[in-house]
Amino acid sequence: MVPNIRDIVGYVETHDWGFTQGHRLCPGCNAPMVANWATLAAKSMGYEPVVAAATGCLEVSSTIYPFTSWNVPYIHNAFENVAATISGAEAAYRSLLNRGKIDNDKIKFIAFAGDGGTYDIGLQALSGAIERGHDFVYILYDNEGYMNTGNQRSGSTPPGADSTTAPVGKSIPGKLQLKKSIVDIVAGHEGVYAATAATAEPWDFMRKMQTALEFKGPSFIAMLAPCVRFWRIPDDSGPEVTKLAIETKYWPLWEYNMGVYKVTKKPKTFKPIKDYVAKLGRYSKLMKRQDANEILEELQNYVDAKWDRLLALEEISKDKPIRTKI
Amino acid sequence: MPVKLTVTGAAAVAHAMRQINPDVVAAYPITPQTPIVEYYAGFVSDGIVDTVLIPVESEHSAMSAVVGSAASGARTMTATAANGLALMLEIVYIAASYRLPIIMPVVNRALSGPINIHCDHSDAMMARDSGWIQFFTENHQEAYDFTIMATKLAEKENVLLPVMVNLDGFITSHGVESFEMLDDGVVREFVGSWNPKYSLLDTKNPVTFGPLDLFDYYFEHHRQQEEAMTNAYKELPRVFEEFEKISGRKYDFLDLYKVDDADYIMVVMNSTASTAKYVVDQLREEGHKVGLVKPQVFTPFPKKEFQQVLNGRKGVVVLDRAMSFGKEAPLYSLVKSSLYEVASRPSLGSYVYGLGGRDTTPEMIREAFEDVLQGNLIADEQRYLGLRE
Repeated sequence: MVPNIRDIVGYVETHDWGFTQGHRLCPGCNAPMVANWATLAAKSMGYEPVVAAATGCLEVSSTIYPFTSWNVPYIHNAFENVAATISGAEAAYRSLLNRGKIDNDKIKFIAFAGDGGTYDIGLQALSGAIERGHDFVYILYDNEGYMNTGNQRSGSTPPGADSTTAPVGKSIPGKLQLKKSIVDIVAGHEGVYAATAATAEPWDFMRKMQTALEFKGPSFIAMLAPCVRFWRIPDDSGPEVTKLAIETKYWPLWEYNMGVYKVTKKPKTFKPIKDYVAKLGRYSKLMKRQDANEILEELQNYVDAKWDRLLALEEISKDKPIRTKI
Repeated sequence: MPVKLTVTGAAAVAHAMRQINPDVVAAYPITPQTPIVEYYAGFVSDGIVDTVLIPVESEHSAMSAVVGSAASGARTMTATAANGLALMLEIVYIAASYRLPIIMPVVNRALSGPINIHCDHSDAMMARDSGWIQFFTENHQEAYDFTIMATKLAEKENVLLPVMVNLDGFITSHGVESFEMLDDGVVREFVGSWNPKYSLLDTKNPVTFGPLDLFDYYFEHHRQQEEAMTNAYKELPRVFEEFEKISGRKYDFLDLYKVDDADYIMVVMNSTASTAKYVVDQLREEGHKVGLVKPQVFTPFPKKEFQQVLNGRKGVVVLDRAMSFGKEAPLYSLVKSSLYEVASRPSLGSYVYGLGGRDTTPEMIREAFEDVLQGNLIADEQRYLGLRE
């Protein structure tokens, strides 16, 4: 069932948001959209979300004691352990339900983390929680770096993007490595629902969120969510930039469900990766370098190959799940 | 009727956990704690308990998961040792600051490096300022009893602090000994049910756990943790009393052995106290007025009780199974500082022993006693028992 815009608007008019005003995220930040839409999707479906968040912008800006922007139960533990924390909460829920100590069967667990807490320091806890099959939705808001601490490189930072711990300098053109393909890593656990999303495509996200919530087991959504400050883009351009990321094959929209791949948006024509790079101030230092074209060409070849591979995976996995249970 | 069981200390602790039957146990195996987790997994697998077990992928995740679980209002336990506790440590502090009554047996083991899997107390001492209540237990009976009492204390509304129950690696955890196990029903009734005031699963009254606590509130929250520790100190005698009613076993902050008329007293924790009691008996037979003090509660530190028992004695030797590099050994330093205010200070000696599982013989204990008997103590000198110089 695709979420119906009228239902959601109706819901918003008559109910509280899960994530409310008063947070201190930067103007133009894409993280609150992720928090808003995810809790909205759950609530409009009649679920009662319980949220955990990793240390990061979203957490430090939304829960400055004694204030909180969370209108749903919320827990923050540390940077690297949101998946383990939500594992504990989900296990407690199962136990208390089983023992008849609570009777609320509407609860859904949602974890939020940035790319540092997911690709890097939080990867082990995430992998463990998925392998154990806990029933939760993990939402990564991917802004491709440690933005909370001031734009340091992460395992998600793409090559050539300027960051403070891998700056584009005179001898080294910034980060040399490509970003990890996190959704493939998660998909490698097999018994999981995993998907990419972008702030430019809220309905695609809502649909994926709905699948994730109804999936009996771990699910994961990686949302490309720009940090306008360190991506050096205008405050109002986050979704516009992620739209371009989709149109240039930089961030294809796809999903993985127990072995079956599906591309959820197939643009008829693509733009060159250069259009995306040119739009982002964090590449401006790279663009001034003599080897800029070489790096761009490398990136273009990479995204082309990834796209072809994705289509091939979709084709060969059609109706062929590799698992039927977690 | 209570029954006598002759099993390992790990089994004794696992039986206490089985009788408590917590809602959630999350644990990762680490020597010498592993058999506790194995026994418990067996109880779950056989349907003897209906606990939800989370076999996590690391101790860091074990502590993280128990924080999530305890915050959700579930009675929650884990167990660890040494490097496992070190890996957990970041979250160990967080658990205490969130005021979550988590129970954790810690099977004491040397911290790397170099790697060593045998008993000492460096792991517990690493965590001594984390905000957890810390019990130390001499044998199977105490490890079992204190696990049950820990649950009762941790969940008191004016306490709400996590508790570590320390037992010696291999010596207690793997050694076979008899202990008296209470009836399941008696333990169940003693610990009662756990109904926390705030729960993450209370969606009608949403609470934010673990907010950003800046300079305007952090200090006050830590002051409240201190308050909770003071309350734990006040509640403990009541817990001991209630436990005595169901078990007939009387506990206190300090276990005092032949101290009434003693001029010379040894202070030592956990299983070594058994060896020391044997040496005290020998020396008593030889006509020496010696005695032993074994702290069973280390945090909150029973300062007043130490002052009462040590004031006016001629000599006191403190044995530490851990070092505090560049500083005085941890137990010694606390005992020494508590004596600052007493009217008549005894002469003091500091002895480090048994690191990395080094065997501690009656001869070594006797060596420390002989120093004090001969008036050969230097308060500022750290001495070693059983060390090859």
